[in-house]
Amino acid sequence: MTTSTPDATAPEGPSDHGHGDHGHGGHNLTGFVIFLLSESVIFLALFAGYAIYKTSSPLWLPPGVEGLEVAEPLRFTAVLVSSSGVIALAEQALHRGRLWQFRAWWLLTMAMGAVFLVGQGLEWAGLPFGLGDGVYGSSFYLLTGFHGLHVLTGVLLMGLMLARSFRPGNYDAGSVGVTAVSLFWHFVDVIWVVLFLLIYIWKS
Amino acid sequence: MTSTSAAPSIDPRVLRAPHPVPGAPNNWRRFLSFNTDAKVIGLQYMITALFFFLVGGLLSMIMRGELITPAADLVDPTVYNGLYTMHGTVMLFLFLFPILNGFNNLLIPPMIGAPDMAFPRLNAAAFWLFPVFGSILMASFLVPGGPSGAGWWAYPPQSIQNPLGHFVNGQFLWILAVALSGISSIMGALNFVTTIIRMRAPGMGWFRMPIFCWTAVAAQAIQLIGLPVLTAGAVLLLFDLSFGTSFYRPEGGGDPMLYQHFFWFYSHPAVYVMVLPVFGIFSELFPVYARKPLFGYQVVAIASFAITFLSLIVWVHHMFYSGTPQWMRNVFMVTTMLIAVPTGIKVFAWIATLWRGKLRLTTAMLFCLGGMFNFIFAGITGIMLATVPVDIHVGNTYFVVGHFHTVIFSTITYGVFAGIYHWFPKFTGRMMYEGLGKLHVLLTFIGSQLTFLPMHAAGLLGMPRRVASYDPEFAFDNVLASLGAFLLGVAMIPFLLNLVSSWVRGEKAPPNPWNAIGLEWLLPSPPPAENFEQDIPTVISGPYGYGLDRPLVLDEERYVAKSALGG
Repeated sequence: MTTSTPDATAPEGPSDHGHGDHGHGGHNLTGFVIFLLSESVIFLALFAGYAIYKTSSPLWLPPGVEGLEVAEPLRFTAVLVSSSGVIALAEQALHRGRLWQFRAWWLLTMAMGAVFLVGQGLEWAGLPFGLGDGVYGSSFYLLTGFHGLHVLTGVLLMGLMLARSFRPGNYDAGSVGVTAVSLFWHFVDVIWVVLFLLIYIWKS
Repeated sequence: MTSTSAAPSIDPRVLRAPHPVPGAPNNWRRFLSFNTDAKVIGLQYMITALFFFLVGGLLSMIMRGELITPAADLVDPTVYNGLYTMHGTVMLFLFLFPILNGFNNLLIPPMIGAPDMAFPRLNAAAFWLFPVFGSILMASFLVPGGPSGAGWWAYPPQSIQNPLGHFVNGQFLWILAVALSGISSIMGALNFVTTIIRMRAPGMGWFRMPIFCWTAVAAQAIQLIGLPVLTAGAVLLLFDLSFGTSFYRPEGGGDPMLYQHFFWFYSHPAVYVMVLPVFGIFSELFPVYARKPLFGYQVVAIASFAITFLSLIVWVHHMFYSGTPQWMRNVFMVTTMLIAVPTGIKVFAWIATLWRGKLRLTTAMLFCLGGMFNFIFAGITGIMLATVPVDIHVGNTYFVVGHFHTVIFSTITYGVFAGIYHWFPKFTGRMMYEGLGKLHVLLTFIGSQLTFLPMHAAGLLGMPRRVASYDPEFAFDNVLASLGAFLLGVAMIPFLLNLVSSWVRGEKAPPNPWNAIGLEWLLPSPPPAENFEQDIPTVISGPYGYGLDRPLVLDEERYVAKSALGG
């Protein structure tokens, strides 16, 4: 990941316009934000595809399928969305230098992400349709699965950051990695909110 | 690779070390290593891409051999389908994108005074994906059923058929290769954009930046916005092909048209990803060889972004004959024609730059002039194709094939050749032979007109593309095109000979052989690993100050003297 590349090839020199040390993290963060913007276009494309299918497909719900259960996914949605607040608390703790507090909040965020993934797995296991059941089944599993893959990536990245927090002097040069993972997590949350509205709430 | 080369950027001693990056071998073997030096990566891209250029060219000559007679007699029609699919895919994804990334790697850091790219390891990783997806695509010749025959568009339903039932089939490998190429390109794009935004030399504001860097940002922005859409479309295609989904299967409620939207949303702008850097090369070279400042520099710079913006709202012009509603055709016809405005601005700026200039007709300049000439022709046929009634008449005929080859080969590849002849001395430290170069220009120019002009004629008469056999009435045009294609093959001989022998035993190049203005020309030839290292110049004026007698950077004489010693 970009965060694991302490970018010192730009020497403390004028090429940073005087940002100095700060500038190195700045490269990484600039690169990461550009990456997230680009990644969001994949989701935009998939959302657009979903909307087109939903509004124009002659065969939408597979035979015998009425729609999706909303209450249970809503609970897991609440867990995922509130984890965005928890990760903000973790970041705040880190900025105040309270390392153990940071680790606790950070671990809680990971746990909330894991709960969401388990919830999604349970939902998948109980559904009466599969990936091959028409364009509805295809879109449902692809969209939720692709998002779930991002949640999993987020949890794994957080694990990496947690492990690194035990390295002595890890935050001497700033905490760009933590900021980037936190940004990624907010991104994953926002995408889920849109997905939830599209898939669960939007009825034809 | 050793642990020192894994983290060359962390150790402060490393930053001050001279050429090459420590831990990397200081000989040809560094080109086979995970080297993080942008100049090594640039040459790695270019050499690998030129190899695939030969592969793609060989495929096209087999096709032209087939088409020299009306009957399908040289190769089986199924093989022919595989040939044109692979020719298109190889030329775009394994030749042009990578070779332009090679230019980006070589040129962007020295042009803006940066020591390297913003993320050197990401850069090396992006490069090393290239041989991987190149091999995956080539491997599709070896799987049962052969390579994909669905064309480089890979439209469903053809691309989601799997008649032999093998999980690993030609189409599967095609999707895999294109997806990996997309990942590699996004990694590259992140790097180029971040580098240009954050690592410019002091004093180099946006409007003091060479046009090549402007066009690089404009082109890479398209990669960042468009490639994710292609990736989404390709993932759905892969699921339909391999995992039984119905995204593009009407029998399951899917819609094959959606793929066309996803595909062209990226793949039309992709032409601009390739042509914008070539506009950059033209804009760099015309001032050097005409000894005049680039006409309308700021407008040319901004026009690049106008092209980026417009390129993202024209894609449906590839689908005029795909059951597109009339209102949509009208909208996209207008947006497509609008692209002629910023591109026209650039062409007029180049002509105004040449006007009354002291032209030096070097090989590089001849390729630029030829490329611009061909581009004007392609622009005119482009406007014709943008017009709905004309497009419905000639869509999917050889007229389209002729048009886009005039863009892709006769403009973009000419620009690539021009760039190679121009910057070869800078990055290898050797001059190329002008005589062989001019032979290359001559054969290429005759060959490309002979190949692509008759295609327009055959297409206007109605010859469909992607067929192994055709009506004998088109025979004359096809014989001409085939002879031209073989001539283009012959034209590669002086070029390759020139590249190899110049690099091995060419005359040593001075730091600034063309008497050009630009930060890269203040460096020795070849430049040291970290370009200006700690001694980054302060830019005090805009680029292209030809005949204006003003220095580009503070203390210019010192840099000139230093580069003369360091070569």
